[in-house]
Amino acid sequence: MSDPTQTFGRDPHVLLRVIAKFLIPLIALFAFYVQFHGDYGPGGGFQAGVILAASVILYALVFGLKAAKRAFPPSLIRYGMTLGVLLYGGTGVLSWFMGGEFLNYSVLAHDASHGQHYGILAVELGVLTTVTTVMIAIFYAFGSRQPETSDEDW
Amino acid sequence: MALLNFIPDWLLTHGPAFLMALPLIMAAITSILPNKRVAWASTFIVTAILTITAFALALYNAEVGTTVYKMGGWAPPHGISLVVDALSAPVLVLIALMSFVTVIYALPATVAEIKPNKRAPFYAAFLLCVAGLLGMVITGDAFNVFVFLEVSSISTYVLVAMGAARDRRALSAAYNYLILGSIGATFFVIGIGFLYMETGTLNMADMARILADLDGGSRVAKVAFGFIIIGLGLKLAMFPLHTWLPGAYAYSPTPVTAFLASTATKAALYLLLRFTFFVFDPSYAYVADVLMYVLVGMGVFGMVFASLQAIFQTDARRMLAFSSVAQVGYMLLGIGIATTASVGAGYLHLINHAVIKGGLFLALGAMWYRFGITRTEDFKGLGQTMPWTMGAFTILGLSLIGVPFTAGFVSKINLAGAAAGAGWWWAVGIIMLTSILALVYIGRLLLLAYFQSPPTINGVVVERNEAPLTMLVPMWALALGSIFIGVESDAVVGASIRAAELLLGTG
Repeated sequence: MSDPTQTFGRDPHVLLRVIAKFLIPLIALFAFYVQFHGDYGPGGGFQAGVILAASVILYALVFGLKAAKRAFPPSLIRYGMTLGVLLYGGTGVLSWFMGGEFLNYSVLAHDASHGQHYGILAVELGVLTTVTTVMIAIFYAFGSRQPETSDEDW
Repeated sequence: MALLNFIPDWLLTHGPAFLMALPLIMAAITSILPNKRVAWASTFIVTAILTITAFALALYNAEVGTTVYKMGGWAPPHGISLVVDALSAPVLVLIALMSFVTVIYALPATVAEIKPNKRAPFYAAFLLCVAGLLGMVITGDAFNVFVFLEVSSISTYVLVAMGAARDRRALSAAYNYLILGSIGATFFVIGIGFLYMETGTLNMADMARILADLDGGSRVAKVAFGFIIIGLGLKLAMFPLHTWLPGAYAYSPTPVTAFLASTATKAALYLLLRFTFFVFDPSYAYVADVLMYVLVGMGVFGMVFASLQAIFQTDARRMLAFSSVAQVGYMLLGIGIATTASVGAGYLHLINHAVIKGGLFLALGAMWYRFGITRTEDFKGLGQTMPWTMGAFTILGLSLIGVPFTAGFVSKINLAGAAAGAGWWWAVGIIMLTSILALVYIGRLLLLAYFQSPPTINGVVVERNEAPLTMLVPMWALALGSIFIGVESDAVVGASIRAAELLLGTG
């Protein structure tokens, strides 16, 4: 991939870049649609996480890994993965403190069905966070791998 | 029981979920802890709490019987249930206790074997592995078993590969384990799928009820049983499916070897018991055939051939790994005879062997830590250079052979008695024969250690250099534990008989 700072006049990938710039926010928006639709129908944190990660991966493919790492620093990944698990597990711990079984969302609010709603929302948010960061982590891990034999040596 | 008064009611009620949720959540936190010593301390505290919880649950189980915890408040068979019964409680205690013992040992071992920036992730992976193993033992839901099986397996692959800092062969061993382990998990989940197709439920107690109504079910159930046996056979290193085990045990970091040898194959054996006797039933013809011809057949082949292979190993850890395959054969033989006494003896050997093999691998790890010893010929004079470590190794080695007043003797005499009781006299002969083979491969090391003088390096005799206290305490705890089981066997034998009675419905 060429350097994104170079002038567009000479850039052979100008179409790709413009279309990608247009698509990436839409992909991210669709991810959140899938996320919140998960409460009522097909969808949820896992699918949404993959789609959200796909927007970052598309950015990396078109603008280069370096630019992607500036936009989404690898240091965030480890914390993102942990935060997601803690959101999920924390919901369970909270339901313990409210006097229910582990992950019994009914006790989270006065009304059981509201409790179920809040619970699933928090848990799915945890799934979204972890899946997004893990997907990006896998992509970064493969993308940053240095080839053991350089191209000249073949 | 008086001890139970010290345990808060909350822990007894919510303990089953706590056992798997605590290590899972703490694994996530441990992975981002910056300082390795803090990571060790948090792992230490977590495993200590797990041990107390597992003990409390086992005591509570002995008092009130089987308890079922409804995950998320959803009642089984639709929700996921966590079941503490006479079969799962001792294995839970075993896994929690072995993780605690291993973590104490890991403090010096990881400093020597794991790169500093990998230590916090190491402990995180270790906690994940513990969570997976505890989860697959405690859950009452068949698909949940698969999920936890994968949690423990994937973290195990990572742990094995971390041995690469010491020996690059750990990478190929981990890859080998990854491929075979994934095939095993795939077979297992295909089996669960077929079982779901046959019964329409994933709850194991419900499955058992529906299968009994169907008189063992159609061909789908038979196929499911076949897939489950092969899948679990890979995970528990049943004889021809054991090829991943020697490499994984020989090249992973030493605390990981000790932990895996004493828990990972044991949890898979627990699942084999759970599926053959609890979900399915030996009264179905196809189950009886598999018990008689596959489990006993492979068990006996494994006992003889793996013991022979152990004799010819030059690497001490590979030798013990082949010995583990042989010992799994004893357990399979006990399960295959399928009487209350024999299943109890197999279950007893599962617990005793975990204590013995865990301790032996800890002692070998200490020898590597001080002298870099991995080959059997390097044992020369270890009786003088590392007397305490070699002492623990000797006790545990004798226990592995089955010398009286050790844990190994108790389980072998129970197994031989059960085989004789069922009229299987040839099996008693095989047990004798393989005990002699064990005497050969352990005795070979003891002879070198006690009757040869320490080697001289550059004209200087190697001096005494004992392992640090944090290594000696865990290995001696296990060595004394094996003697304790050998002398005061009532508690462990009683627990194993209760488990067998639960499985065979004779209690």
